[in-house]
Amino acid sequence: MNETHHLRRMTTIWVILSIAADLLGWFVLGPHMPPGRMTETAYHDQLDFNILLMAALPVLIGVWVYMGYAITVWSAKRAPEPVGGDAARGNRRAQALWISITTVATLGAAAFGTWALVVDHGSGGGEGPNPIWAPGGAAQAETAAFSPNSGWTPGQALPVQVIGQQWKFTYRYPTFGGFETSQLILPDNATIVFNVTSLDVIHSFWAYQLGVKADANPQVNDVAYTETKQLGSFMVRCSELCGIWHGAMYNSGQVVTPSAFQSWAQQTEAANAANTKLLPPFAWTYVPDANGANGGYYPNGKATPYSSVEVYGSKNPAS
Amino acid sequence: MSKQGRFATVIVLFLVAVGLVVWAVAAFLTPGTPGGEMDFTTTASAGQPVNITVQTVGAIGFGAHPTWVSYLVKDPTTGAWVQDTSWKLPANTVVHMTVYQYDSGGPLRNQEWGQVQGTIGGTATVNGQTVSVVDSNSGGGVGHTFAVPALGLAVPLPGVSNPNICGAGPCHQSSPHNTVSFEFKTPGPGTYSWQCFVPCGLGYLFGNGGPMGTQNYMGGVLDVVR
Amino acid sequence: MTISAERPVATSGGATTTTERVSWTQRPGIWSQHLGTAIVGAIVGYLLGHWLGNAIASSYPYVQNSGQNVIAVTLGEIFGVAGWLLGIGALNYPLAKLTGRQPAKEVDVQGWSKYFRYSTNHKTVGLQYVVGVLLFLFTGGLLAMAIRTELLNPTTHYFSADTYIKIVSEHGTVMMMMATSIVVGPLGNYLVPLMIGSRRMAFPRIEAFSFWVFTAGYMVIFSALPLGGFPTGWTGYAPLQTQAGPGMIGYLFGFAVIGMGMMAAGFNMAVTIINYRAPGMTWSRVPILVWSLLATSALLTLATPTLFAAGVFGLLDKTAQTAFYVNEHGGSAYLWQNLFWFFGHPEVYIMALPGFGIVGEILPVFTRKPLFAYKVGAAGMIGVALLSFFVWQHHLYQSGINPDMRPLFMLTTELISIPTGFIYLVGMGTLYKAKIRFEIPMLFALALYFNFLIGGVTGVFLSDVPVNVTVHGGFFVLSHFHYTIMGGLLFAFMGGLYYWLPKMTGRMLNKKIGLWHFWTMFVFFNLTFFPMFIIGLLGQPRRVFTYAKNLQGLNDFSSVSAFLLGFSFLIFAFNMVYSLWINPQKAPANPWDSRGLEWQTANPVPSYNFERIPVVLSDPYRYSEPGAPAVADLGDAGLVHAAPQD
Repeated sequence: MNETHHLRRMTTIWVILSIAADLLGWFVLGPHMPPGRMTETAYHDQLDFNILLMAALPVLIGVWVYMGYAITVWSAKRAPEPVGGDAARGNRRAQALWISITTVATLGAAAFGTWALVVDHGSGGGEGPNPIWAPGGAAQAETAAFSPNSGWTPGQALPVQVIGQQWKFTYRYPTFGGFETSQLILPDNATIVFNVTSLDVIHSFWAYQLGVKADANPQVNDVAYTETKQLGSFMVRCSELCGIWHGAMYNSGQVVTPSAFQSWAQQTEAANAANTKLLPPFAWTYVPDANGANGGYYPNGKATPYSSVEVYGSKNPAS
Repeated sequence: MSKQGRFATVIVLFLVAVGLVVWAVAAFLTPGTPGGEMDFTTTASAGQPVNITVQTVGAIGFGAHPTWVSYLVKDPTTGAWVQDTSWKLPANTVVHMTVYQYDSGGPLRNQEWGQVQGTIGGTATVNGQTVSVVDSNSGGGVGHTFAVPALGLAVPLPGVSNPNICGAGPCHQSSPHNTVSFEFKTPGPGTYSWQCFVPCGLGYLFGNGGPMGTQNYMGGVLDVVR
Repeated sequence: MTISAERPVATSGGATTTTERVSWTQRPGIWSQHLGTAIVGAIVGYLLGHWLGNAIASSYPYVQNSGQNVIAVTLGEIFGVAGWLLGIGALNYPLAKLTGRQPAKEVDVQGWSKYFRYSTNHKTVGLQYVVGVLLFLFTGGLLAMAIRTELLNPTTHYFSADTYIKIVSEHGTVMMMMATSIVVGPLGNYLVPLMIGSRRMAFPRIEAFSFWVFTAGYMVIFSALPLGGFPTGWTGYAPLQTQAGPGMIGYLFGFAVIGMGMMAAGFNMAVTIINYRAPGMTWSRVPILVWSLLATSALLTLATPTLFAAGVFGLLDKTAQTAFYVNEHGGSAYLWQNLFWFFGHPEVYIMALPGFGIVGEILPVFTRKPLFAYKVGAAGMIGVALLSFFVWQHHLYQSGINPDMRPLFMLTTELISIPTGFIYLVGMGTLYKAKIRFEIPMLFALALYFNFLIGGVTGVFLSDVPVNVTVHGGFFVLSHFHYTIMGGLLFAFMGGLYYWLPKMTGRMLNKKIGLWHFWTMFVFFNLTFFPMFIIGLLGQPRRVFTYAKNLQGLNDFSSVSAFLLGFSFLIFAFNMVYSLWINPQKAPANPWDSRGLEWQTANPVPSYNFERIPVVLSDPYRYSEPGAPAVADLGDAGLVHAAPQD
């Protein structure tokens, strides 16, 4: 059998299997791929995943078909003769072709990823304190965060602060008087601006179905965006190891209708008013300082606050 | 050595290795596993509230880390104070919990934990008075909290301002203390972790190392069974 | 020059006829320096350091409050390692030089006791490393079994939450430390001089030092468990590491110690390959394994200092209360992430390239063909090594650090698939129209190509920033790197052992048991780790002891497969013991019919390797030419006839 026959046969098997796998991947698996389609970012993340999958399946199948073919067709039973002739030469055209194909595929993947990152406003990843790919309305939301009574109306972007601490996420709603709660409730059809920070070690705020993941660093305001598209509940987990109860650091959140969100927020604001008064004013980050056993870098039981900046648990509450 | 001899030697060495592994697991890895659970399922008849009594001490005073802050639980059968934070509870049952708080307190890092959450009625009783929020910036502040994050339960335990606080556990009623009681309902079967949200591990960065990071001191699990 | 650079005058039974003073280490009998004195030195050192630390620091407020003296532990560990090195004799030569004395002569000790001593013979060190890395591997593997046991049930716990985190952390760190040296240490030290026609490594004392520091690192990292463990995973993120207890010292100092060994081994390897090649061993004739080890050595030498410095900063934060990593005091938690991953990503290729080199050696032998695109393969390895320094921030996509750099790091990360693709070009091209013999080493080599493909392709998903949002920090990435490191490097290492142990020990490994080993390892490896991709995509983060109830089926499947995978390693261990000791079968001089220079020496290899330095005549892959000239001119006598060894 000559060279072309081998290659033609392999190519035929490869093309058939690849098309079948891609069709299955796109139409059967694709719509169910994580993180789902609950938000604009989740939808884009899923789309990007599926497009990479379309490229990856033929690569996997190509190498497997080749290896399977080689193993079955070119095996030698006994001490074999040396292989001579064309097969023993380093075919330059094959080498050049291989390098060209991998280079084009790689550059294509990088270009596509960059495009997706930019058009999707950071794709739900934490962009740090100075985001560069922000959706419309995000800037106004960050300004509104310092007007405690500005509330939220449909069409506006909603700022939400995520505070990581060992071992729970709590959430502050700065435009509703800055109340803090363990519940994460979001309105549907709204741009959400997550401001993620930590009071101690590094955590990572991972709202799985929202397609949002942003590390919670102490002293850093890590901003991530998403736009809710569907009602329902979603899971929040910590995805950066933060100590003993890291595995138990989860809660479920909910996307509700705008009117349900407004009434929930107003009710919670009223219910928590007594405690909200004791919280420090809303700020992007807080310096962990005093604590129940009194303050200090390494707490020693003596009250020694060392910082005059915004302190969670400071003796200067909001009002 | 004969082939059989070598074979036997290998078997013996293998068994020695297995023994070493078992010993290592027993010596370094198992302490604090739920093997030593405090069983509250038999203390009350079905459907009746379960009583749990615990105390918080500034220094446990015994064991491997006598300086560490800790919870102690009262054994429902013997009445002795025991260092055990894994409790077996019946599902869908009201738990009546009494905490004797013997430790000092101060301002909370996050005043969110000064708010009573998830108890029946949304309140707790501190020294006979009903409270829903404790201002940690005044008085003795907050010493510890009892919180089960998965159930949304969190109760602040106000700190003792009397300077003659109990030095080593288990503490007795004669020492200054605050008595906090509250009720909550257990969910369906499963394990739920509970912890303190006051960074009270003295000597560790941000106060969350040591006793805060080790089961059987400031955190444990509720093993809720049918 | 003390060791076999020249052929020794005469040796018989370990005695030497020279009149020079023999080093204490090398004296025959028990009254010398060996493992026993090293253990004594380590214990005495630890106690001394611990006492000193208590004397200095027991009154410090944070020590009194926590009841745990990390300064005493740190000094104990430092003095313990110093005592270990002093006890084994690693410091004899430098101390003699420092004090202006004539260092004693170091001769080759004969007999089995040489494996317990500070040997400067590269073949002894290679075999010491084989045992060393296997010890690491098996202890790390046992911890993996414990992890999978805990994950059998989403809510019922076999270990407490803190113990589970400690087990996870210890497993990851031990395995990473092992993987840095698993090929460079055993196969690199043993084979590189033989492959390039040298009588020794460039710096035999540094070579021995790297091994004994490696063993010290093993003890330091395992001391973390009795010291209370550490809760940070192998990545050791600050400020969690600053908050942790004394077990953390085992991690920070352990990496510093292992780092010293890595730097020493890498530097020695690079100098040897560049300067000790025999006449005629031009760069275009250097075996592909040697190319891969050269690239690896460059990474070991250049990346590890960052890890060392990062570890020392961490130790200072914990003991002297500096604030390199604590934001509140002017430090930065990002500093650790940057330093760690600036080392950590090259580290990933330290754990990949040697595997590519091994399969590059195995394929031509079992296909009877020249290595396809040899030059492209060598260039690929160098390319991977260079690029690996420019990708570290892809671990920090979601960390909130400079978002404008993300497209760049996405590009550099994906560019790495081009040189990595060269390795596949080499492999697939060599298989083309080959005559494949399915011996055990070949099976492992083919398995690498199967496994690493999955690991590599999923790496492209991880490098894509939008997709990374979902897969970062979950079981998807965990499975990805197990596919590259375990599915790649470890399979290659196993193939390498089956391939070269006949040369190193003079005994064949049993093929029947080997087949059982291969097939159980290959099947259960894939059954263990493939489900983890799905588990990760369905939202399970890494290092958790509780997970969603609907993932129990997949987790249990993975756990049971993992136990069977663990069993496959028992088969391997049994094969080693059975074939090397219980029922040894003498290996032919060149059992695989290889053209490699390492197979042309006598069996067992004499201590000076070559009668005279060989003159290399051709590259080692000319399997296609029936009348090809010998790979090297080994001297008038042809093969050397060595004095019989044990």
